[in-house]
Amino acid sequence: MKRKDFIQLSAMGLGALALPKFAFGNPVDPSRFLNDGIDVKVKKQLADVALNAAKAKGATYADVRIGRYLNQFVTTRETRVQNIANTESFGVGIRVIANGCWGFAATNNVTKEEVAKAAERAVAVAKANSKVKAEPVQLAPQQGYGEVSWKTPIEINTFTVPVKDKVDLLLSVNDAALKGGVNFVNSAILAINEQKYFASTDGSYIDQDIHRLFPTFNVTKIDRASGKFETRKSLGNPVGMGYEYLSARPQDKVTGIITRYRDRYDMLEDVRNAAIDVEQKLKAPSVQPGKYDLILDPSHLWLTIHESVAHPTELDRVLGYEANYAGTSFLTLDKWKSGKFNFGSKLVNVVADKLQPGSLGAVGYDDEGVQCGQWDLIKDGVLVNYQAIRDQAHIIGLKHSQGCCYAQSWADVQFQRMPNVSLQPGKDPLSVDDMIKNVEKGIYIIGDGSFSIDQQRYNFQFGGQVFYEIKNGKIAGMIKDVAYQANTQEFWNSCAAIADKSDYRLGGAFNDGKGQPGQSNAVSHGSSTTRFNGVNVINTARKI
Amino acid sequence: MAILNKEAAKALMQKVLSFSKADECEVNLRGSDGGNIRYARNAISTAGDISTLTLSVTSSFGKRSGTATINEFTDDALKRVVQRAEELAKLAPENPEYMPLNGPADFKDAPTFIEATAKITPDDRAEAVAKSINVAKEAKLEAAGFIENNTSFDAIMNSKGLFAYDTDTNVVFTITTRNAAGTGSGFAARGFNDVRKLDTDAATRIAAMKANSSADAKAIEPGKYTVILEPVAATYMLENMFRGLDARSADEGRSFMSKPGGGNRIGEQLMDEKVTIYSDPYHPDLPASTWNRDGLPVNKTTWIDKGMVKNLAYSRFWAQKKGVQAVSMPTNIIMEGGSASLEELIKSTEKGILVSRLWYIRMVDQQTLLLTGLTRDGTFYIENGKIKHPIKNLRFNESPVIMLNNVEALGKTERSISIESYRSYLIPPMKIRDFTFTSLSDAV
Repeated sequence: MKRKDFIQLSAMGLGALALPKFAFGNPVDPSRFLNDGIDVKVKKQLADVALNAAKAKGATYADVRIGRYLNQFVTTRETRVQNIANTESFGVGIRVIANGCWGFAATNNVTKEEVAKAAERAVAVAKANSKVKAEPVQLAPQQGYGEVSWKTPIEINTFTVPVKDKVDLLLSVNDAALKGGVNFVNSAILAINEQKYFASTDGSYIDQDIHRLFPTFNVTKIDRASGKFETRKSLGNPVGMGYEYLSARPQDKVTGIITRYRDRYDMLEDVRNAAIDVEQKLKAPSVQPGKYDLILDPSHLWLTIHESVAHPTELDRVLGYEANYAGTSFLTLDKWKSGKFNFGSKLVNVVADKLQPGSLGAVGYDDEGVQCGQWDLIKDGVLVNYQAIRDQAHIIGLKHSQGCCYAQSWADVQFQRMPNVSLQPGKDPLSVDDMIKNVEKGIYIIGDGSFSIDQQRYNFQFGGQVFYEIKNGKIAGMIKDVAYQANTQEFWNSCAAIADKSDYRLGGAFNDGKGQPGQSNAVSHGSSTTRFNGVNVINTARKI
Repeated sequence: MAILNKEAAKALMQKVLSFSKADECEVNLRGSDGGNIRYARNAISTAGDISTLTLSVTSSFGKRSGTATINEFTDDALKRVVQRAEELAKLAPENPEYMPLNGPADFKDAPTFIEATAKITPDDRAEAVAKSINVAKEAKLEAAGFIENNTSFDAIMNSKGLFAYDTDTNVVFTITTRNAAGTGSGFAARGFNDVRKLDTDAATRIAAMKANSSADAKAIEPGKYTVILEPVAATYMLENMFRGLDARSADEGRSFMSKPGGGNRIGEQLMDEKVTIYSDPYHPDLPASTWNRDGLPVNKTTWIDKGMVKNLAYSRFWAQKKGVQAVSMPTNIIMEGGSASLEELIKSTEKGILVSRLWYIRMVDQQTLLLTGLTRDGTFYIENGKIKHPIKNLRFNESPVIMLNNVEALGKTERSISIESYRSYLIPPMKIRDFTFTSLSDAV
């Protein structure tokens, strides 16, 4: 992005909808989305040109990703459409090992000549870098799969749904919010289709078609006299699904103090509820700071899992590859090797998963041609594993990569990114109502809010969307200005109860950021409602 | 070649406009060439090289607009992209906030392009990184860093005769050094238009000094402290505020710039008198773009004048609605400083904390701009004018607006970068009283 745009674009973020920023793409006619792109046979020929050119220049390994990335964003506020953007980005990224060092180059000029030149550039970059002496790259062995393919199992391709239908839905959402008494409403539908072709000198030719969808809104209500305002955003999720996500069935609704959503989402119902919540929030009393037992809904807890469990178990962070940016991790190798590092209470079981249907992280193969799977990270409270890619697997004694490699586009180099990381539901039957019954002094938090965590993932602070005070086993009413602070290990050891699998739901984000230059990764995190005892809550109200 | 000079860009865009049949048409041409190296554990981890060139055309019929883009430049491709933009415009809903395009204006150049930066090769980058790694190895530390250079140009032309072009070069360097025991960490960040100003050896020495002096930190009780924020810490904190210098969200009642009872805070004394913040694309130490996406010239604008809110940005639509002149969002930010050096700020402090860098700042409350985040890579306790010992990192909950009300003293303004956006700013080190720390962190 041109630097000129930065302040201008981000100015829209205040008080409006914080939308993820996408890598880049060129605006196109939506009819382009119905076109399948270039034929898989042509892709194979182009890939072979790149692989051969790299080998001819001295690469000992090469992989090529031919990517076509389609994005559609429809954004609205109140009664008008703000923007309809249809973008397409098409190009090739080539990664090589030469002289034991990585090199990468990319081009959007997808001809045999230009692809070959890019491969040669990648080798030249690797050779330039090899002058800085280091240990040669060690890749975990990977069998070639031959010609294979994988598709997100969608029912309705979002890109085939007319833009008018999306605009109509969003404007009806806005209308419902305004009728509900809010002053402002922003809403959006974001859709992504990654058409990725991967080939490597190991003999894999992998064609994948990946779909993601994110419907969202934010409502604002203002009390003019006091100048105070409150917001409430959507409780829907970004998902690895098609447009069917927006057709909620009765079984998708989790009723309770606020309706939340399981596999599908009723945006219209949620915005009506949001209008009521935001009104209540304006009137709600400010929290008394102190220690509380927290009951965290999956619509909130996904973000705490993301920051405090998923990031610190990234092996590149543990090893120091992220030290200059996102940081390192408190989950050092010695803690893992001991086999008894007590990450959380015995109830805490966390699984890494690249297969979960409907999740953002679900793919058949990662971006270095490794078939995806599932594995334990935390077992009965103990740290048992990390998330690794091919050039790291040997460091933790693995014979194969765990398939965690991802690049946000063809123009970015792939590196270790988190899979879906989810807290497993409680093994014994337990409902949320029964969980709340036992809480004497607590806060029930729904929806994700502000978040911040240190560079080794010890100390964190989270807000939320709506907060209810629990007194003597009963919900006493809404409160506001709540944020909780804790140390990761102490927090997960204070985990006292997890609702059973009937309450299990996913949350997630399109824009998990990491790396230099920064890249976005889409990832989901599942959980059931969970109780944490004696957590420090602060009051965030200030006056300026 | 992705970088077109002014004449070549102009000729290409004139040709595109000649194909337009719309009521109004605007053409935008942008290109960039760049490369980067990322290193960690004293070795290069990833490196890349990328160039892009994109033409986009926005056609409008009445209040309906459509945009199409292409990266092929044959006459046929240019005709096709114009045609597609016109088709999309006819299908689009009317935009009630549509503003007719601006006519020509006199756009002056700022010295944003430096030949030496444009000429950086992969070998130059590798050499700059090798210097940094050598410093770290000599200091028995582990280096992780990133260097990225970019040359770009940006041009707009429209059917009302407006044409604007600029080109710039940038190089950004960040370095973290850590000791083997994991008990000390130091950081430095640099951003320049001119690569000749970048010394990766010297920057790494500063990071190494911080790593060694921050080892074995002691814990102190969280609470309110006088802090001295180094420019890289202050920049990151204030960047969150600069994004809110917008009249519309203020007038709508949903920004820290909203006035209770309605309207915005222009004219209000919101901060300490020592605080003056302005933008000036012609500033020699921070040249920036002299025009914006609306096709408006960007001129020197004072946002905060001795603590008083002087201006907020007005888009052309909002300006028309409010009956005022449009004011462009800034393309750079400069905060006036004082005359004290960092050492003098420390010397004048009886009890306080020196903050080298802040990390993971996120908005807690938009209303008050309350932010949370942590110190990182060198936090030191000051007693009787001297650095006493390193302290463990702390989480803060503080609003930059409150912080700029509590200014004790400002040091000399210097060029610094935001560690989140990598944008460059001119910001002084600042001494702030009653800065609120709310918890301790074990992170190094």
